[in-house]
Amino acid sequence: MANMNPKRNEMPTQSPEERAHNFLEVALGYDEATAIDEAMRCLNCKNSPCVAGCPVNIRIPEFIAKIRECDFEGAYDIISQSSSLPAVCGRVCPQESQCESRCVRGIKGESVGIGRLERFVADWHNAHSEKAPQTSEKNGRRVAIVGSGPSGLTCAGDLAKKGYSVTVFEALHAAGGVLVYGIPEFRLPKAIVQKEVDNLTAMGVEIKTNMVIGKTLTVDELFSMGYEAVFIGSGAGLPRFMGIPGESLKGVYSANEFLTRSNLMKAYKKEPITPIMKGGRVAVVGGGNVAMDAARSALRLGAEKVYIVYRRSMEELPARREEVEHAVEEGIELMLLTNPVEILGYNNPDDKRDARNGFVRAMKCIRMELGEPDARGRRSPVEIEGSEFELLVDTVIMSIGTSPNPLIKMTTAGLDTNSRGGIIVEEGSGATTKDGVFAGGDAVTGAATVISAMGAGKVAARAIDEYISNKK
Amino acid sequence: MYRILTKKSLNPTVTMMEIEAPFVAAKAEPGQFIILRVNDEGERIPLTVAGYDRERGSVRIIFQIVGATTELLNLKEEGEYISDFVGPLGEPTRLDGLKRVCIVGGGVGCAIALPIAERLASLGCEVTSIIGFRSKDLLILEDEFKAASARLFTMTDDGSYGREGNVCVPLREMLEAGERFDEVITIGPLVMMKFVVEAVRPSGIPCTVSMNPIMIDGTGMCGGCRLTLIRDGKRVTEFACVSGPDFNGYEVDFDEAISRSAMYRDFERHAHEQTCNLYKKVGNDNG
Repeated sequence: MANMNPKRNEMPTQSPEERAHNFLEVALGYDEATAIDEAMRCLNCKNSPCVAGCPVNIRIPEFIAKIRECDFEGAYDIISQSSSLPAVCGRVCPQESQCESRCVRGIKGESVGIGRLERFVADWHNAHSEKAPQTSEKNGRRVAIVGSGPSGLTCAGDLAKKGYSVTVFEALHAAGGVLVYGIPEFRLPKAIVQKEVDNLTAMGVEIKTNMVIGKTLTVDELFSMGYEAVFIGSGAGLPRFMGIPGESLKGVYSANEFLTRSNLMKAYKKEPITPIMKGGRVAVVGGGNVAMDAARSALRLGAEKVYIVYRRSMEELPARREEVEHAVEEGIELMLLTNPVEILGYNNPDDKRDARNGFVRAMKCIRMELGEPDARGRRSPVEIEGSEFELLVDTVIMSIGTSPNPLIKMTTAGLDTNSRGGIIVEEGSGATTKDGVFAGGDAVTGAATVISAMGAGKVAARAIDEYISNKK
Repeated sequence: MYRILTKKSLNPTVTMMEIEAPFVAAKAEPGQFIILRVNDEGERIPLTVAGYDRERGSVRIIFQIVGATTELLNLKEEGEYISDFVGPLGEPTRLDGLKRVCIVGGGVGCAIALPIAERLASLGCEVTSIIGFRSKDLLILEDEFKAASARLFTMTDDGSYGREGNVCVPLREMLEAGERFDEVITIGPLVMMKFVVEAVRPSGIPCTVSMNPIMIDGTGMCGGCRLTLIRDGKRVTEFACVSGPDFNGYEVDFDEAISRSAMYRDFERHAHEQTCNLYKKVGNDNG
């Protein structure tokens, strides 16, 4: 008998007061009884609309049925047939706009907590299962993967399962890409990412760190080394700035830099080796998930006040609802319909050696209102004349997007990119304009989500298998 | 892990190491840089390539002990390993077609200027080198520069060796006497490069500077290394890690770069002292 409660089971979290001062995970996960109770809410619809809403088409009703039967490992097996990183996706996927948005239970109440159940299953597996990941017989064919972020790891995992010898080349000193340098510990503990990476290496995937493809080795050299296909998942590149005066003052960061210092370089620890500006008043400019991550990291690093400055209204705010709610609960102030026009620095006219000179003092902002809808129906923000004001801050974090990494296109002849620098690929295969080279994730789309990158890695793995099989 | 093949102290604060890193050695060119971490919890620091041996698979680095990380690196001995060594990053210095070049190096910047001078000499270019140091104790690589240069001026601020004065003195004299170069290439402290650019500006000779801003990833991801260039009257942001480290000196906003380079000065001073104290303590405990 299904559980007809219109409300889903709440996910227990650390209290906002407590978590605002630590980097431990915010959401604590379902226990077994809650997971089973939530699984009972699934109606096991015949046409499974949720599956179509998932970029990697996890067979959702089937894994939920296994939870109902208390066969958690069985549930894991079903998920892992579609997803290489279940513990990651259960935490960072925007389920409310994907699988859960299609859930029939959502029509007259709340949808089934699919993401929460996925997370439960993955965590249960990680805590209880000692089963070694399945390894496949090697087919003797080699594939190179550029970048160890979500698209690269997914592509590597799928190809390894098919018997390919896969090498992943990572530019940084640690594997995981945005999962380690970008997404903070309190949202995605690094130990979980490491576990997923370890699973891949146990499956025979080789990971080489400190290898910058496009510099240390080129794509063409990978082919001459015997790799038969190359997947490029090199991720987001150069951070965007607004082009307003004052963006080079000390105390202005890109979100990438701020998060990399905090996450990858562990500047959040007590006596960090890599420095970061801590404390004071912080403004984060932008409204995406990365902006929320930066704002909440700044708070945990000891900021006395954190603002999120976004030029449109709540309705357009692109971040996941849950992240926005968490941020607000923690005391972060949203300044909506507000746009920076200049960042102002200290300049002591009487003392050129004043240590504060050149550091941020304030950010000059202007109020915005939403104008007429444009061709795509999106209402663009318009400045309200004369509404400028100064927001007193010490740190400004620009989180207004990135453009794809330029290093590979600079050194790879025949690899075409679009006007925004994204690698051009064929839809449905990820094939680029260069023979044997496939691509996916942010390197193609510009900043997007972990799961869409994983979806692209999956599509490319299938296409690479086909490409190599058809070669001879 | 990357093995330290050789280690040599060039002066009390400057050390040279050769690191085994075949992939980097195979590709490195003068003007490019590497990023290293000494140990697993360490900071990533950029260092410009000071030489390479493609056959041996090694890359030479020369560093000044200025902070916690360089202090730790200097404690490593021959045969020991460092955690990470990645590169070559950035664009090589453009040297094609140059016939007469003046190289101006300051302090540890001379270590980076040397491979450029050597490469130019091997291409048949007439190299004039000016190298400057605070005092005689800090002098490095003079013989190597002598070998690569048609003319060499060695300067010390205090006059304890060579000629007294800064590197701009002989540079200005030559330019004022009507000497012409295809290019002036300068590498050293920001303030020195700023003044070299000003010294060359009246002559209109192209002047290339090698920037070494604060970096983390070095691959065009974090944006920490951004510089402002003033190009056709407009302020343009460039990232030193992908577009540099060499830039047209006339375009660089040096005052901003100097200000940004001091962003973590207090932190670094503190971290350096902590490291020194830590090792003093270890030393005392052992003794």
